[in-house]
This record gives sequence, structure tokens and C-alpha cells, in this order.
Amino acid sequence: MTNSPFTPGIVPARLDAATLAENFADLHAPLDDHEALVAADRCYFCHDAPCITACPTSIDIPLFIRQIATGTPEAAARTIFDQNILGGMCARVCPTETLCEEACVREAAEGKPVEIGRLQRYATDTLMAAGVHPFTRAAPTGKRVAVVGAGPAGLACAHRLAMKGHDVDLYDAKEKGGGLNEYGIASYKAVGGFAQAELDWLLQIGGIALHTGKALGRDLALDGLRAEYDAVFLGMGLAGVNALRAEGEERAGVQDAVGFIAELRQASDLAALPVGRNVVVIGGGMTAIDAAVQSKLLGAESVTVLYRRGRDAMPASRYEQDLAASKGVRFVFNAMPVAILGNGAVTGVRVEYTRSEGRSLVGTGETFDIPADQVLKAIGQTLEGAPGGLVIAGGKIAVTGAGRTTLAGVWAGGDCAAGGEDLTVTAVAEGRDAAEDIHATLMA
Amino acid sequence: MADLSTDFLGIKSPNPFWLASAPPTDKAYNVVRAFEAGWGGVVWKTLGEAGPPIVNVNGPRYGAIWGADRRLLGLNNIELITDRPLEVNLREIKQVKRDWPDRAMIVSLMVPCEEQAWKAILPLVEETGADGIELNFGCPHGMSERGMGSAVGQVPEYIEMVTRWCKQNTRMPVIVKLTPNITDIRYPARAAKKGGADAVSLINTISSITSVNLDSFSPEPSIDGRGTHGGYCGPAVKPIALNMVAEIARDAETRGLPISGIGGVTTWRDAAEFLALGAGTVQVCTAAMTYGFKIVQEMISGLSQYLDEKEITLAELTGRAVPNVTDWQYLNLNYVTKARIDQDACIKCGRCYAACEDTSHQAIAMSPDRVFTVKDDECVACNLCVNVCPVDGCITMERMEAGVVDPRTGVTVSDDYANWTTHPNNPAARPAAE
Repeated sequence: MTNSPFTPGIVPARLDAATLAENFADLHAPLDDHEALVAADRCYFCHDAPCITACPTSIDIPLFIRQIATGTPEAAARTIFDQNILGGMCARVCPTETLCEEACVREAAEGKPVEIGRLQRYATDTLMAAGVHPFTRAAPTGKRVAVVGAGPAGLACAHRLAMKGHDVDLYDAKEKGGGLNEYGIASYKAVGGFAQAELDWLLQIGGIALHTGKALGRDLALDGLRAEYDAVFLGMGLAGVNALRAEGEERAGVQDAVGFIAELRQASDLAALPVGRNVVVIGGGMTAIDAAVQSKLLGAESVTVLYRRGRDAMPASRYEQDLAASKGVRFVFNAMPVAILGNGAVTGVRVEYTRSEGRSLVGTGETFDIPADQVLKAIGQTLEGAPGGLVIAGGKIAVTGAGRTTLAGVWAGGDCAAGGEDLTVTAVAEGRDAAEDIHATLMA
Repeated sequence: MADLSTDFLGIKSPNPFWLASAPPTDKAYNVVRAFEAGWGGVVWKTLGEAGPPIVNVNGPRYGAIWGADRRLLGLNNIELITDRPLEVNLREIKQVKRDWPDRAMIVSLMVPCEEQAWKAILPLVEETGADGIELNFGCPHGMSERGMGSAVGQVPEYIEMVTRWCKQNTRMPVIVKLTPNITDIRYPARAAKKGGADAVSLINTISSITSVNLDSFSPEPSIDGRGTHGGYCGPAVKPIALNMVAEIARDAETRGLPISGIGGVTTWRDAAEFLALGAGTVQVCTAAMTYGFKIVQEMISGLSQYLDEKEITLAELTGRAVPNVTDWQYLNLNYVTKARIDQDACIKCGRCYAACEDTSHQAIAMSPDRVFTVKDDECVACNLCVNVCPVDGCITMERMEAGVVDPRTGVTVSDDYANWTTHPNNPAARPAAE
């Protein structure tokens, strides 16, 4: 080991391989059989359960937990996949603390919800480990659908369409399918190449041809797709990144957090990944948290998350904030960067405190400097290269109902579509529902 | 600390917690460990007649059912009476009683239904200095196929006959252990009393199959792919045992007959309930087999604290609930209650709603924002909502004041006691006293 957390600059191998392996291991160990039974037994099997309502994909949670409790996790998995074909990934990445587990009556009763996320993982892992794909295709309809984007929305849409008997061409701009599951989730939430394994498992249904390296606007045109296919689903996510608009943003060492995370996810050797000694992450969403925690786990001496509003306004949940804090990440609230300092490479961030004035934030005039040799920007992604002819609302593709765009025969869902939270599970729901609507439309 | 010392048939023990005749009392080693842990007495595992030792199966003897987190709720066994030589048991009994004179030492016996067999063994037991004997008329497995155990306990005439033989042939107090595998526990209890029994102990284990292996289709516990009914015990059998104890305690013919209560006693609270229903001592087995002998320390501290808080003695606890055990026909039909849901305690799980709506009287309303309220005009006060509610104390049954109209029946609630025997719908009703 040549470097340490105290080595200046952006360098690799701040920690030895064993420590890195430990740092990037599974965040939550899978439940073993007995733990799963004990956790499942805590479910009250509520009537019209609040957890189902809280789940964007409306998984019948009490039923799948009862199926685990009675020793049939495979049936539990089927219950989950019926609603959410990416139930395995959602079990790992869903902010359950603000969804099903927040709604759990045991959270209300004693502050300790049933561990729905971990139970869901137990069930889905069991079935996937058995190599079973529990769905078969309906009789061929002869209809062909193009799905653009092999992320959560596109995969959910493609799978449901294939199930209904349609033939699907699934396009993705990147080299691998999976979208943010493959490129955008913190490593310790999806260890062991899970995103790729889940993709392979999902494609076992058949009838889905995956074409990677095909970007809309570069290799594909919406008009062409509309002409060639019976329907088109757009789920290509948000490829653009917002600019900081602070002086010095172009300095070496300033990087988009999404790129940093993607690089880390694709790295075969964590020790080869460079990271700064003092890292400043700007933003308050999950991307900011994931980038900050992973910087720390790679061996940065200090990691600071800068968020322009107060803690309560932070999009990342309190659970995620606490997770980051437990790894040693420092939060600075009500503060915004006004300049990236340095002479060539970044040496620090000048920060100004903020206060709310009506609906807008203004600087208080009080500033301070944070030393930094790496700055990660996580201030939101934008829709890039939306095809002409689509109405855009609030920077995203406008949709009505189950993802219908303003163009006939074109549906959209996931992060690129307006409405809904930008969560994996929301994208799955939108993709699935669009598929049902496409099916109904094509078969009418 | 309340005084827990017990005098049962003149047999003294420092507390009412005895170990039942079972595997934990099969030899001196275990019994000494039990006494060291604080048990007030033991009933030594059943001795048979002299001769070739008993043979047990060499596969599993126990089967079980479990609750959450593999908590053992019910246990069954197909173990027979002691398989150690008679003279070894007698020698050890004598030694242990000599070393622990303040503890109750009862010896359980099971020999063939012939007077000579009983005449032969009684003097041998008497010679050990044991405090009393317990006649095992209860075990439902194995020995019953040979005309012993529950095969005797299921025939009141046999009970009376053997009890009489024992009373005629020993000066030791005789406790008759009853099997629950009968239709009415009062008949064997009355027979025991007629035969001169000093006390009864109950319940022995219940004939049972704990589960079926769905791969091999063998009942559990499985011996080479086959199983047989075993004796069921543990927390799951307590309600059955409590009822049988109470039936004997309140029966006109057996009232006052001392009872040693057995059946699922796991905590001091279980023991206190048996005592309140008329038991003078309790006997424990499954709880000790599950957790070890140390549990008696919780039983001692818990019962002491309870007696102190209630400011009653152990003797005053015994039988205290018996007058309140009655027949259905004497229950007060003018006692009208309604379920009440404490909205502050409610966690909105909706189990009360599902239970009432699907399986009872459609007496709970559910609002769109999950507020659950009782419909008094439908509520029959069945208590199911209370039983299924996961929050202790959230739903309660509240009595309607006299003079108020029950919205379900339209009848004004009376504070007079009135039961089925005088109810106008009862064809056999007697007119109420004028």
C-alpha cells in the first residue's frame, strides 16, 4: 500500500485490499432461514395493509411475508414478482424507511417496523438462486414494441410486454443493460454483480432482444421506431447533469457524482480507483449520499456533504443521512458553494451560508472555506436529447394516464417522464403500467 | 418475601413447586441438581416391578410444536417408565431423601393391575423413607398397551380398586395421577376418592401426534419411518389442565380432595392459576426440560411478590378462584358489555376489523383513514377483537351501566342478576322467586 487517507491529491489505494473488500461488502447481510422466520413472524397480517398502499408497485406484502413464515419463500417471491419484476433490486435499494416500513403499523407501535425489505430480499434471492424464472409468455400476438432504455422502467415494461406475448426490442445507450441498477446504485447495496444477474434472469422469459450501445438521437430516431414498431416505450432516464454555476467549476478535480459512482460500479479493482484526500460532495439526494459514503469507504480522510437547505428538506432520507454519518461523512446544511478554489487543480470550496426568503434561497454573506482536492457534483440530472415532437413539462416528458405521451403510440416512464419520485420502484411501476396500457391499446 | 412453605397431605416442602414424574426425575444426579436449584420436591420417575428392565426406543422420544422464534409450545414423548433397575432407583431415592430431608420425595409407581404386584413394591418404597407415592394411571403411550398407565386411568373401577389396594398396604399418603384422555375427569377423580386416595394429581399427558413429516409421511417423532401417539404436555395443554383441576375442585363429590396441579406450568403465574383453582402444589416438567432447573427461582420470586402484593398467604390463594367457576346456565345474562377501542393506543392494523367483518358480527367500522370504531348496535361483546388485537389493552370490554338502553337489543340494561334458568326462552325455566 503506497498511499494512505492522508496522501494529498486524488490517488488510488488509500486503503489495503482487505479493508476495501470489507468496506464494500453487502450493507445488510441477507437473512438466514431462521432470521427470516423470526422477522416474518412479526408481521401482523394487517387488513388492507398500509404497507401495500405505501409501495409504489403495490406488492401484497402481508401475503408474501406469510408465505415466508410458512416455509414457502418461492411462493413469496412469486407474489412479489407478480407486481414488481425487479423485486430483487428493490429489496436492496428501496428507501423502505420512507415507503413500506414507514407505513408498517409496528413502526407506529414501537418504532421497529417489520423488516420488509430484507424479507423481500430473502424471498427473491431464494427463487433466483434456484435459477427459476416463474413466468411464461402468452401466445404470440405478432405485435412488436421498441423499448428505449434498459433501466428499471424499460426492463419492467419489456418483461410485462413479453409476458403478454409481444416481441420486444430493448435498446440501451450503454454497453450493459440495467441502467441505474448497473451504473448508479452504491456498490454495497448491490454486491456480487446482482444487477447483471437480475437482468439475465429477467430476460429468461424470452421474447426480449437486448441491443446495447444504441442511443436515441445517435443510433435511433423516434420517428423510425414509430414507423417500425407497433408501439414505443421511452425509459432512457436522465443522461444530462446540472451545472454548478459556481466560479472555478472547470478546475481539475471537479467531477459529476453520477460519473464517479458509475466508474466505481464498473471497477474490477477498487484499489485502482483514485479518490481525494478531502472530498466535498454538493447536493442532497441519494446520489450525493452514495458518492459521499463511497468516497469515505475508498479511504478519503474527510468527506463533506454540502446541502443548500436544512436537514428536513434533504431529499435523502434520515436513514441514509445517518448511514453516511456512521461512516464518517460530515454534513453541512444551509450552505452553498460560491467558488471552487485553486490554481489549476481544486484546493477548496468557498461556501456561503443561506437562508430562505419567501420561496427562494439567498446567501447570508457569511462565507468559509473547506479544503478539498476533489469535488463531486450531485445537484440533479436532466433530460438530454429528448426527441422532437414530444411535449416537455418541467424538464421531463409530459405524460398522462399510464405513461401516454403526447405522441400516439409512444409511452414513457421512469426518470425521463414527468411525475413520480425518481425511485427504482417508481420506475418499475411506471414501466409495468405502461406495458399494460400498451397491451390494452394494441389488442383493442 | 411471602412464606411459600407447603404442607400437602402432611408432606412438607419449602415451596409448592415440585418436579413431575418424568425424565428430569429419573435419577439421583438430576434430582440433586433440582434440589440445589431450589425445587421444593420431586415425584421420582415411575418405577415398575422388579425384573428385566424396561426397554425404550433407540430413536427419538420427543416431538414438539413451536411458536415464534422456535419457542417450544408443546412437547410429546413416547418414553416409557424408568428403564433403570428397581433396586438402583430405590437406593438412590433413599440416599437423596436422607440428604435432603426438607424436600418432598414422592415416588411414582406403575405395576400390573394385580394386588400382589402392588403389595410387593409398596414396602420397598416405604423402606426408602419417601414421603408418599403417586399412582401412575396416566401415561397414554406404550405401557397402556400392556394394561397399565392410562389403561387403568380410563376405567374408574380399576382406579378405585388399585387405590384401595395401596391404601390397605402402605402407611404412605397415596396420590392418584389422572389421565386427561377421558370424557369427564370427575369420574376417575371420584373413583380415586372412593378408593381412599389422599389426593389426585393431574393432568398426565394427552394422547397426541405432534406433526406429520410431509416428505416421509411418518408421524413425528419418527422411528424408522413410523410413529405412534405420544403424551402431549407443555404450555399448550395448560387450559385443558386448568379446566380439569377446576372440575374436580368444584365437584360436590370430590370438593376438598387435595390436588397437585400439573399441565404446562411454565411461570409463577401459571402456578398461581393452578393454585387459585384448587391445587395445593404444582408439578412441572416441560418448562424444566426446555429451560433447565433454574426457572424455579423465577417461580419462587414471582409467587412471593404476588402474595406480598395481594397480602394473602399461600393457603389463602389455594382455591380462591374455585367459587367463581360455574356452569354456563348460571352466568349473568344481564351483564352487558361493549368493545371499546382506545384510539391513542390503536396502531391501525385492522385485525379487529377483519376478524369482526369476516367471522363475527360486522360490528367494527373502518374509516378511509383507518380509524376503527365499534358499532354498539351490532356488537355482541364476543371479545374476538380483544383477542386478536396485537396491542395489549387497546381494546377493552366495558360494562354498560344499568338504566342505559343496549342499542343492539333495545333493552334497558338491568343490574339484577338473571341467568338462563329463569330466562323466558328457556322451556325449563323456573319462575323467578317473587
